[in-house]
Amino acid sequence: MNILVCMKQILDPEVPARDFRIDPVQKEAEPGSASLVTNIFCENALETALQLKERTGGATITALSFGPESAEETLRKALAMKADSAALVLDDGRLARHPLNVARVLAAAIRRLGTFELILTGREAGDWGAGQTGALLAEELGIPYVAFADALETSGAQLRIRRQTEAGFERIEARLPLVVTITNDEHNVPRIPKVRDVMMAHRQTLTRFELAELHVAGDDYYEVVDLAVPKKETRCEFVDVEELARRIAEITAAL
Amino acid sequence: MTNVIVFFSDDRSARGLAGAAAKLGGDTRAIRIDGYQIEETLAALAEACRGAEVVLLANDAYSQELAPRLAHRLGGACAGDGSGVQRVDGRIRVTRQVYGGKAEAVLELKRSPAVVWLRARSFDAGVLPDTVEVLASHDSAASSGTRIVERHVSETATTKLEDANVIVAGGRGIGGPEGFREELQPLAELLGAQLAASRAACDAGWVPPTWQVGQTGKKVAPQLYLAIAITGASQHMAGISEAKTIAAINIDPDAPIFRHARFGVVDDYRKVVPLLRQKLAKP
Repeated sequence: MNILVCMKQILDPEVPARDFRIDPVQKEAEPGSASLVTNIFCENALETALQLKERTGGATITALSFGPESAEETLRKALAMKADSAALVLDDGRLARHPLNVARVLAAAIRRLGTFELILTGREAGDWGAGQTGALLAEELGIPYVAFADALETSGAQLRIRRQTEAGFERIEARLPLVVTITNDEHNVPRIPKVRDVMMAHRQTLTRFELAELHVAGDDYYEVVDLAVPKKETRCEFVDVEELARRIAEITAAL
Repeated sequence: MTNVIVFFSDDRSARGLAGAAAKLGGDTRAIRIDGYQIEETLAALAEACRGAEVVLLANDAYSQELAPRLAHRLGGACAGDGSGVQRVDGRIRVTRQVYGGKAEAVLELKRSPAVVWLRARSFDAGVLPDTVEVLASHDSAASSGTRIVERHVSETATTKLEDANVIVAGGRGIGGPEGFREELQPLAELLGAQLAASRAACDAGWVPPTWQVGQTGKKVAPQLYLAIAITGASQHMAGISEAKTIAAINIDPDAPIFRHARFGVVDDYRKVVPLLRQKLAKP
């Protein structure tokens, strides 16, 4: 089975609020001192793919990223985690980065890379968190879609999927090809690559696409008309346990 | 000008959507979906929503799974996790948290229909139209490629976290499932509270994923949210931005949770919680 995992590099979502600034003109977060990291759900997706490969054998895993030069780091880490190959579509900034354009770029790159039975994305990214790329990618590729999966296994020609809902979980049987978005679970915590594999990953060749060569027509979808940091820090009053109990009792008595 | 609200079994969400639709103006149709199967429901819903200018859904898993694809099939645009929706000069604008709740963005949808999934339960309830259309998908052969074959409702999710007035939540600092069982659960019982957890505690497997509160997880709005041994990562805070009062117990006085808490205790929860239970149990 050929598996493709889409991976996004983002500004570290755990940058403390006091260091977080936005650029009101570009309507984006300012990088500032924050480091760049791979979106955690993309790593959960890769981990899920790696476990599927380990159980079934014979699968190959390709990591794909659409982003700036620095996104190469995300792909090198994917290779160190033992993805088989990686491809970068270099973002030249000429397309608005809304989820429809991103899905079209990914779909075009996927068609160039080969035939994939299973395409995984994270459920959403820790920056804009649109939560749409996987679903729109399925539409662009014209194949079915399942969201919020946390475990995959093959059973003959079928894929058996466990996915999370508000109330619990569901089991889904699916035919391939398919796009699946992955959410976090205790079983898909991303593995830490071995030092040796990190070194090896830096020697592997990446497939690179210029955005222009994929001939993706940008389209309208949505536009960010405002981006602001809400001011609502509360001043915490530090109390002892007795006072805490009194305050809690006050609130619960009023319910 | 037609709005369509689409919902499943959750009445509070449906009324929240009706409230949001009423503020947009125009006529509102309501569609309730029965017997969800991904591809069948999507195809039928796309057919049913033709001609609509706005389609509103809630932020449950099914709605999020459907919404972007529905927009794509109708030639529209989609935005999700909205905490607000309004019409400005004929365009639909959606307000939503971004960067794990550290910023708030307003997105203007550039295509019609605007397909929007909302934090429906935090909208003022409106009135559903007299006629609610029911869209039932048939469990036909697996011709569509995917089939939901089992649906499990976990016992702990029987009362909705989203409806809870009081929530007792634990994080990584709880240290293991026994902390939840032996310290937090008795406290929650005493307060008539629901239990919840941060992503770290769910990822560690200490509690089920249905307990997770945060940007990816439940969005809750209790009168009191008691955060125990939770650092307060922004991804967690994004799920409790509508809590009335946040109280925190944490051993680290510099934990970010204290920047959001109204009051807090700096100490080991293993010392604080037993004492707190004792004080609260007194008549």
